[in-house]
Amino acid sequence: MSVTEMFSYIQGFLSADQDVREDIRKVVQNLEQTAREILTVLQSVHQPSGFKEIPSKCARARELFCTVRTHMAELKTKFPAEQYYRFHEHWRFVLQRLVFLAAFVVYLESEALVTREEVAQILGIEVVREKGFHLDVEDFLAGVLIMASELSRLAVNSVTAGDYGRPLRISNFINELDSGFRLLNLKNDPLRKRYDGLKYDVKKIEEVVYDLSIRGLAKEPESGGDK
Amino acid sequence: MNKREGEGWSRRNAEAAQERDALANSSSPVIAAFKVFQQELDTRHDKYERLVKISRDITIESKRSIFLLHRVTNIPDPEVVLNEAESKLDGVRQKIGQIAEELRGEDIYQFHRAFTPGIQEYVEAITFLHYIRHRSLISLEEINAKLVFMKTGNADPKVPHVLTFQVTPADYLLGVADLTGELMRLCIGSVGNGDIDTPFQLSQFLRQIHDGFSYIGNTGPYEVSKKLHTLRQSLGKVEDACYTLRVRGSEIPKHMLADVFCTRTTHMDTEEGVV
Repeated sequence: MSVTEMFSYIQGFLSADQDVREDIRKVVQNLEQTAREILTVLQSVHQPSGFKEIPSKCARARELFCTVRTHMAELKTKFPAEQYYRFHEHWRFVLQRLVFLAAFVVYLESEALVTREEVAQILGIEVVREKGFHLDVEDFLAGVLIMASELSRLAVNSVTAGDYGRPLRISNFINELDSGFRLLNLKNDPLRKRYDGLKYDVKKIEEVVYDLSIRGLAKEPESGGDK
Repeated sequence: MNKREGEGWSRRNAEAAQERDALANSSSPVIAAFKVFQQELDTRHDKYERLVKISRDITIESKRSIFLLHRVTNIPDPEVVLNEAESKLDGVRQKIGQIAEELRGEDIYQFHRAFTPGIQEYVEAITFLHYIRHRSLISLEEINAKLVFMKTGNADPKVPHVLTFQVTPADYLLGVADLTGELMRLCIGSVGNGDIDTPFQLSQFLRQIHDGFSYIGNTGPYEVSKKLHTLRQSLGKVEDACYTLRVRGSEIPKHMLADVFCTRTTHMDTEEGVV
């Protein structure tokens, strides 16, 4: 094979690779659009009027997740299943946001931490790599950390809206999350950097709880969460 | 909310931290889940580190082969050097077999960054060896054909299974880009030893490679675009060497050719910085 033939072959390969990436980008754009719609729905829980409407917002978000599942099904068809990590960078960001949104919905519904399996179900993907397009554990953890920031904001806005019980429950939840994260041996990568932000969320929520308790506004929450 | 400093706050923090760690010892579903995550992440990171170590070994041995191969220009019997280099690269291939073993059942792209430096260095070495022997560019297919390993399985020792490692076109491209630097050094070195045929052959070969890279342009990985700049410099040096040989070669006695090229290339090196 001559030099020219070799480069011709490689050019063909690179060209095909670019086409695949272009296809993937288009589907990812659709996913990002739907993710923004879900975020818009859920953002409104921070407003005082939004608190009463939490159940209906969660229901609306779940409807939009149907669309997410459709997009995901399409995304899976754009590349060979065993090359997930070759193209992973294209959807990593939007997938983390979707994990955050799913985790947030589940928290608003049940005040529990969503499991990986639940998120995978909501998004219409697998947990185990061998089974197909899956949710990488680091993307799951990143999404959970994004949710932690959202919850610290929710704690603040709950007080403003007059709900003094919620911040205490959020505090317990975030503290448990923090304990969990401290079990991990993280390397100096983006996940580690994001985890470093968790301590500020913890601190912010503790300050909210402190503000409430010294004013006698907070009652000790039941394990189930009660106002 | 203002920041609270002072003893009271840090004492409260310490108590809170202790409570949290007590939680970690209890078996809540959240903690149980994170223990699973910890194991998964540790396993993944350990494998990544093992691959990084193997990749470093590959880089070192490949670089040594390249240094060895540069000596073919000034010894009477090149076969000795070529055979030694060949056996070094056999050792490197064994290491690549270890990589293939680690990657069995895995998505190779998940760990690609761990071993790509070593693989690129290996491609550089093997293409260099092949050029010195055959004056041609070894193809990706030929490279991959040598990366087939017979391993005995753990389950049934009598049944060997075949493991392969596939160098990706991108890694091949990056290795060939680095090869051009070595070819440039070979050219300058061969002139210094009185060999005035090799530079012209090299010039033509290097030009073909450069044209190939120009054809690929920006469609390759971005590292290729970075290396294209160095490639152009290497080609420039080789073309200048050929020019000097052609124009002034007849004027200069062979034993002084080396000096002419030494000063010329030193001048170019200090101009352009590190090659």
